[in-house]
Amino acid sequence: MLIKTNASGFNHPLPSEITSLAAYQGRRDMIKLMATGAAGAAMAGWAGREALAQTVVKPGKLAALAGGKSAVAGAVTMEKVTDYKDVTSYNNFYEFGTDKADPGKNAHTLVTKPWSVAVEGLVKNPKSYTLEDLIKLSPQEERIYRLRCVEGWSMVIPWVGYSLSELIKKVEPLGSAKYVEFITQADPKTMPFVGSRVLEWPYVEALRMDEAMHPLAMLTFGMFGEILPNQSGAPVRMVVPWKYGFKSGKSIVKIRFTDKEPRTAWNKAAAQEYGFYSNVNPEVDHPRWSQATERRIGEDGLFAKKRKTLMFNGYEQQVGQLYAGMDLKKNF
Amino acid sequence: MLAANTALSLKKRLLHPAVKPLLFLLCLLPVVWLIYRVASNGAGANPQEYLIRATGDWTLRFICIVLAVTPLRTITNTPQLARFRRMLGLFVYFYVVVHLLSYSWFDMGFDVPDIAKDIAKRPFILVGFSAFMLLTPLAATSFNAAIKALGVKRWQLLHKLVYVIASLGLLHFFWMRAGKNNFAEVFVYAVIIALLLGWRVQQFLKKKKLQPVKGGRQPLSN
Repeated sequence: MLIKTNASGFNHPLPSEITSLAAYQGRRDMIKLMATGAAGAAMAGWAGREALAQTVVKPGKLAALAGGKSAVAGAVTMEKVTDYKDVTSYNNFYEFGTDKADPGKNAHTLVTKPWSVAVEGLVKNPKSYTLEDLIKLSPQEERIYRLRCVEGWSMVIPWVGYSLSELIKKVEPLGSAKYVEFITQADPKTMPFVGSRVLEWPYVEALRMDEAMHPLAMLTFGMFGEILPNQSGAPVRMVVPWKYGFKSGKSIVKIRFTDKEPRTAWNKAAAQEYGFYSNVNPEVDHPRWSQATERRIGEDGLFAKKRKTLMFNGYEQQVGQLYAGMDLKKNF
Repeated sequence: MLAANTALSLKKRLLHPAVKPLLFLLCLLPVVWLIYRVASNGAGANPQEYLIRATGDWTLRFICIVLAVTPLRTITNTPQLARFRRMLGLFVYFYVVVHLLSYSWFDMGFDVPDIAKDIAKRPFILVGFSAFMLLTPLAATSFNAAIKALGVKRWQLLHKLVYVIASLGLLHFFWMRAGKNNFAEVFVYAVIIALLLGWRVQQFLKKKKLQPVKGGRQPLSN
């Protein structure tokens, strides 16, 4: 018999022994990267653009902020990094207008120097950090994360920063602290649309303590090897890659530890549409549109089909256990 | 006198055989512009979204333009304008078809079951799609034989649907912007459409001589 069965002494592999699709694809990407990398070396600039996509090219616009390698699992995706131009001209930052081209045009008025972040609430060591102190608090790492917006588009961005847990460990939260709240800048003098009726100001976001302690939750100071441009949330913001983009507050001025679940900005504006968790989930639709697919900005051709959205934005392996046993349809 | 003369000759010039083809090309300019923007990478980070939204904008603009023809014709006493109305109306349909195609292609990948589900799921899509469905019989009956076949009265009644379509189009736009509470542009279109429809209501009341009686009782007889 050509077909072997258990009876004829054939040992089937355990499901756990079969290479997962993600790992397989990761290897394919790696091989491709290596192969085209070689071509890139030969063909210099032109091929290099495609082949060495993961070598993040500094745009040369702002002060450099180098990040070392990250040891955090899942911190560096091999996917093609979105163009700096697209990342900085297509933003949701309502303090500077609701059109996605607005922040790029208007955010130049934001004043980021001097800047300080007050850490307060249920912590042993409350402290107001200057931006300089905060940058030096822990080694800067470069992490390439997927960013999935609740509106159905996505990017791949090389951020510079470190795990928020580094700061949390320093300030030592009390046992009663269950949530971390991020309060962002709301200065009508430098942010022209603060005061518009879209949202309540300041923009507030929050994480559960275990989410905030997860190493992928990143306190971020730069991107593309440089300090953050204003429209991307300068000078310091959160990046929580497994949640929809709006969960990552920009231009943070206060981090508060609390025992009650904070009301967050979009939750206050439309509670039935934006839950506290807002984890990326292709199976839980927004009440007004499907979340099953997304458009990767600047990469797919004009007529390409949208790509499938991944559970927890592809970070399920790393963060899935935070939500074990939770009904994600209810806790959207 | 001189001004009146120029106005008269201007009106006469509207009858020149070249005017219609020129207007036709003018109406095509927006779509040419959109293609140029996308082809030259000038449509921003999300060209698909840009095309979907821009074609929607142009549909609304052409609705306003076509609804303005009759008021403009009556107020300025320029009957020559009437001959452009049909073409302008068909351009509304042209832009709504391009709008629907952009959505079906860019957003839904031409997946018909997905599109059907999306129409059922999202009220603002349903409203937009209804407006398109209502506009289709109007476009389909925009030739002389159709007017004859239907009879002028019935044809006119059918084409009064344009008022419903304009309102649905506006509601579609309002709902789409509601997510961001961003109604400034919606308000501009609403005012324009309200003025254009309001003028018609006023004309209707005038014709019916239903102006409210000023003060006190009406005399029993004249």
